Amino acid sequence: MARIVDLKTAIAEQVQSGDTVAMEGFTHLIPHAAAHEIIRQGLTDLTLIRMTPDLIYDQMIGMGCARKVMFSWGGNPGVGSLRRLRDAYEQHWPTRLEIEEHSHAAMANAYEAGAAGLPCAIFRGYLGAQLAEVNPNIKFIHCPFTNERLAAVPAIKPDVSIIHAQKADRKGNVLIEGIVGVQKEAVLAAKRSVVTVEEIVDDFAGLHPNVCILPDWTVGTISLVPGGAHPSYAQGYYKRDNDFYKAWDPIASDRETFRQWMQTHVLEVGPEVFAERVTFDGPTVTSRSDSAQED
Amino acid sequence: MDYSTNEMMTVAASRAVSNDDVCFVGIGMPSAACNLARLTHAPDITLIYESGTIGTKPATLPLSIGDGELCETAVTTVSVPEMFRYWLQGGRITIGFLGAAQLDRFGNINTTVIGDYHNPKVRLPGGGGAPEIATSCQEIFLVMKQSTRGFVKQVDFITSLGHGPTGRERRELGVTTKGPSRLITDLCIWQTDPETREFVVTSIHPGVTREQIQDNTGWTVRYADQVDETPAPDATELDALRSLN
Repeated sequence: MARIVDLKTAIAEQVQSGDTVAMEGFTHLIPHAAAHEIIRQGLTDLTLIRMTPDLIYDQMIGMGCARKVMFSWGGNPGVGSLRRLRDAYEQHWPTRLEIEEHSHAAMANAYEAGAAGLPCAIFRGYLGAQLAEVNPNIKFIHCPFTNERLAAVPAIKPDVSIIHAQKADRKGNVLIEGIVGVQKEAVLAAKRSVVTVEEIVDDFAGLHPNVCILPDWTVGTISLVPGGAHPSYAQGYYKRDNDFYKAWDPIASDRETFRQWMQTHVLEVGPEVFAERVTFDGPTVTSRSDSAQED
Repeated sequence: MDYSTNEMMTVAASRAVSNDDVCFVGIGMPSAACNLARLTHAPDITLIYESGTIGTKPATLPLSIGDGELCETAVTTVSVPEMFRYWLQGGRITIGFLGAAQLDRFGNINTTVIGDYHNPKVRLPGGGGAPEIATSCQEIFLVMKQSTRGFVKQVDFITSLGHGPTGRERRELGVTTKGPSRLITDLCIWQTDPETREFVVTSIHPGVTREQIQDNTGWTVRYADQVDETPAPDATELDALRSLN
């Protein structure tokens, strides 16, 4: 059953050095506040899994949290490289970083296999792609019915999955909407889970019956962290901070500038700063812009 | 009306897709081209981004494949596993529109490394959705600025399969989709030779010379028997493109 606790307690209870950790959110709902708490608690030797490492893993890798990263697209979307990831992989700073590289299709299928309790995922993929030559976790099998050659990768089964969601109710049910990514699969595939949310409401009465909900009994802990996805976004709450994604590039390009930024904006503060970093959408903003477009 | 070489490239790329297409859109130049098509000659085109948004109609170009506007303006948004399993792998996409860091004349794409995989000279972001987009969409269009660094004899790493190192591997692997058929650059338009599967130049943008094309290509350029001049962007196309930025 989900327990509602503060973020510091959640990370201390659920994550240990050496764990395999998946922090998901496909551009949307990236759990940045939880990552900063992991950095503050000084966890190391983590195997980090994420389709798009993004700024969240660039920061964790640059602060020495990771031993290995498993990913399928390691860039700063629309901007360029992840400079801390590259420095760790190419120059071993601050520590040596091992990589395991896949395609998006492979990782999405592998999360789904993890949630489904299967040992591996099977899909039509990696045809003629050279990742299959350099990653021993990519293999091929033949369909027992048609003999078609199909790709197989091991299921992803993290020790702990960490996600950010729009809201939870008091009982601990969790709601995710908008671009839902692989978060449901990541949580169901993991042994433990940490969820941060924009708000906690009394109940979910009146919601659309098909909205994506993780029932309370599938979730470990829930922590209230408004703004906790920044510079990513939470649909219905605040927008993606595209300017920050662009500003990150020069910050991350230099080791000392990066360390100073992390010292000031992560190590010396707590999760409460996230609410100040975003501009919350007013409840009528969406309808106002809709009617403006119709005029 | 004055226009830049980038605008010529985007406009030429936008003309390649049609109103009936279901397009899997890469970020950057492909996204600009597909949305321009939607705002001009292909109002009903279905644009799909790998973040799960289907039938999206952004008013401005997104910075990432998952900006909020893509979801807000979509017909529906599905999970990422569903996107890759049912929609892409399921064969429901007519055109995959991609870019590349390195490209060879058979349309093989490298977005992984320059140099050796284990000791790279430059580590690039990687494949993302492209390895399966390249083989699951019915056809692949590419858009990319030409340079000798990008247009190479042999890519350092095949992230996503074109027609293979000799042009024959796609068929040999039993891949039934068409693969790369068009390549739109800042200088010209290339199409795939149905026999050799090499790109040949079929249309040259206004004011561009054959010398310029060769100087920015790392292999010996072949031309079709008939080479056209690409029509310059018109005012409607340029206005629509500029309104997206």
